[in-house]
Amino acid sequence: MAADIQASQSEIVHPLDHLIRTDRIPHIWCPGCGIGTVFSACLKAMISSRIDLEKTCMVSGIGCTGRAAGYLNLDSFHTTHGRAIPFATGLKLANPELNVIVFSGDGDLFAIGGNHFIHGARRNVDMTVICVNNFIYGMTGGQVGATTPVKAKTTTTPVGNPDAPFNLPLLAWASGANYVARWTMLHIRKLTACIEKALTRKGFSFIEVLAPCPTNYGRKNKENSLETLRLYRDKTIIKNNVDPSELDMDFEKGIILGEFVSRERPTCIENYDRTCRIP
Amino acid sequence: MKFLGEPYDTDVIKVAKGKVVIIEERCKGCGYCIEFCPRSVLAFSKGFNKKGYHLPFAQKPDECVNCHYCEIICPEFAIFSEVHTITKL
Amino acid sequence: MRLAVLTGEHYITGDEACAEGALAAGCTFFGGYPITPATEIAEHMSKCLPEIGGTFIQMEDEIAAMASILGASWAGVKSMTSTSGPGFSLMMENIGLAVCTETPCVVVNVQRGGPSTGLPTMGAQGDMMQARWGSHGHYEIIALAASSAQEMFSQTITAFNLAEKYRTPVILLADEVIGHMSEKVIIPEASEIKTVSRPKPQGEKEGFRPFQPGENGVAPMPSAGDGYKIHVTGLTHDERGYPVMTVEAQAQMVERIVKKIQNNRDDIIKTESYSLDDAEIILVSYGISARTSLAAMNQARALGMKVGFLKLLTIWPFAEEKVRALATKARAFITVEINYGQIHLEVMRSVAGKAECHLVGHAGGTVITPEQVLERIKELY
Repeated sequence: MAADIQASQSEIVHPLDHLIRTDRIPHIWCPGCGIGTVFSACLKAMISSRIDLEKTCMVSGIGCTGRAAGYLNLDSFHTTHGRAIPFATGLKLANPELNVIVFSGDGDLFAIGGNHFIHGARRNVDMTVICVNNFIYGMTGGQVGATTPVKAKTTTTPVGNPDAPFNLPLLAWASGANYVARWTMLHIRKLTACIEKALTRKGFSFIEVLAPCPTNYGRKNKENSLETLRLYRDKTIIKNNVDPSELDMDFEKGIILGEFVSRERPTCIENYDRTCRIP
Repeated sequence: MKFLGEPYDTDVIKVAKGKVVIIEERCKGCGYCIEFCPRSVLAFSKGFNKKGYHLPFAQKPDECVNCHYCEIICPEFAIFSEVHTITKL
Repeated sequence: MRLAVLTGEHYITGDEACAEGALAAGCTFFGGYPITPATEIAEHMSKCLPEIGGTFIQMEDEIAAMASILGASWAGVKSMTSTSGPGFSLMMENIGLAVCTETPCVVVNVQRGGPSTGLPTMGAQGDMMQARWGSHGHYEIIALAASSAQEMFSQTITAFNLAEKYRTPVILLADEVIGHMSEKVIIPEASEIKTVSRPKPQGEKEGFRPFQPGENGVAPMPSAGDGYKIHVTGLTHDERGYPVMTVEAQAQMVERIVKKIQNNRDDIIKTESYSLDDAEIILVSYGISARTSLAAMNQARALGMKVGFLKLLTIWPFAEEKVRALATKARAFITVEINYGQIHLEVMRSVAGKAECHLVGHAGGTVITPEQVLERIKELY
């Protein structure tokens, strides 16, 4: 009987198995970590958007979220800390046929890689940047980051974070991104729809996704992963097209989710071709 | 399903019935599928997998409407639903 | 639209010759950041690349410039960047990524006085060891030197060819004097220029291993979008490209990266020999100091002193077999370089006590004169 169950278990194929390197599953992410859910939403969107997957590649930086590229069964690049966007810029400009997705964490994209992010958005390089924001450096054991909420406890702010976090959609908007949205890992259908939209749009698209880090952020701040998800349900409000300056990360006030920016600035390649190439 | 008044199209509307499939060795027991199943189909089982995580199981399998929410919220690629039968309301 | 390769005789700077060499080698992507005295390379590329269907991008810093050329290389094109000391320091992180992921690319360092901001407009040769060991971990690197505008052209082509052949970053070490000096450069017809392109995989795409070496220890390299579903990581990885955190995987990967260079030393290392046959004193030099050394050697010969000169075209891997062989015949070596002894240490290591080793060098900012070298030759003779 037990042997029968084993045999049938090994034959089960998950609907996304063709897009993941199943020989590397289970992945490294902790129980309750939201990165896997966001990654899964990204895969669903890649399928539903009907983009050419053979011409699609994922670039990640370093950190927990940075490991995502390693689980994608397509061309994938796990680069250096913070440098996913400039690497992806080279990929895209050298072969404009490629669909380029940058999938990385908040520490990678906005602390060490913050400068690259604003310049990628300014140039409006045609890529989709998905940032899994878990408010903390997970891989190194829970240090304060550029997105850690005020007063939150981390291993390097043992009595609470004295500094304000970035408002990421505001930063993306001000830097010139064509498309900006924010969701949580609980709002998966909306998230998937937005990633799908971002993948088929031209220019620099940015989607921030809140996701729990139960091991490091949750444990320090007395919040288990189910409580974090309930917070995402109870303390968020969906307001599309709101002024990005209202998108502060403040759970007391409530976190605003939605699509905030959708514009048609010409892309980096369009501008280069128009300006620099002699017809 | 109970109605206050019988809708005029109950005989045409079809409801999908789903079946939950769990890939046991991938599960890390986070409980998201159980907590957020809109029909409360799932519950923690007493048993556990090789890594010691308690798995979900379909406690009320008949309630599943194949909405795929467990599938999309699962961070582990460990659960999905598929069409079981399609019945009338 | 210009031709990819300018031909004929031109009076141009070393920096411009470097850019022309890159174009002749087939470079179609340049990611850069301005820095004296390498800016002219970027400027020339920004003008020429769009004309031949390539792409130039000025990135936000040298870290990004280096990252962008790695991305471009994986997209399947020949890519390069150029910089000087401070930018070279910033590029070290992604030079390590290029080594680990075996990504062909060319980095030109037009050296200036350091440390730190140092002497931006004045030459030096202080980054020789940084080129060798600047990124962390143990690895092998290929670095070349150029001592004229003509060599800036030819060595840039060689740099691309070696990068493509061995799937590795190649560094071209120039200096401010060579970069900014205008000289006659003869550019041959495109058909006469030998260019090399990376080995591409053949056959089955499913289960392809992007880090499984071929005959000369180099793995064929697919590009993104070719359908091979490659994973590329800076983590220690196996032949599939999958991260493996074990002592065995580390040994296997590092050994392979080191050996693909070491086992091909004969193919990579190039030197030029001047009057070495009967030389009692041998000058060893490279870059702008090679011209000083050649002049000093000629002056010494005119005075009847048996002096020879070994010019290094390849800096790393170091020509230790050549120097070791010469040490059995010569009495003394003088390394001439604009630093306080970097390649000098390599000469000492290779000579291994079989001859005297001396240095003519200074901290940077000006060239070494032939008279300074001649004076030392006289002291020793």
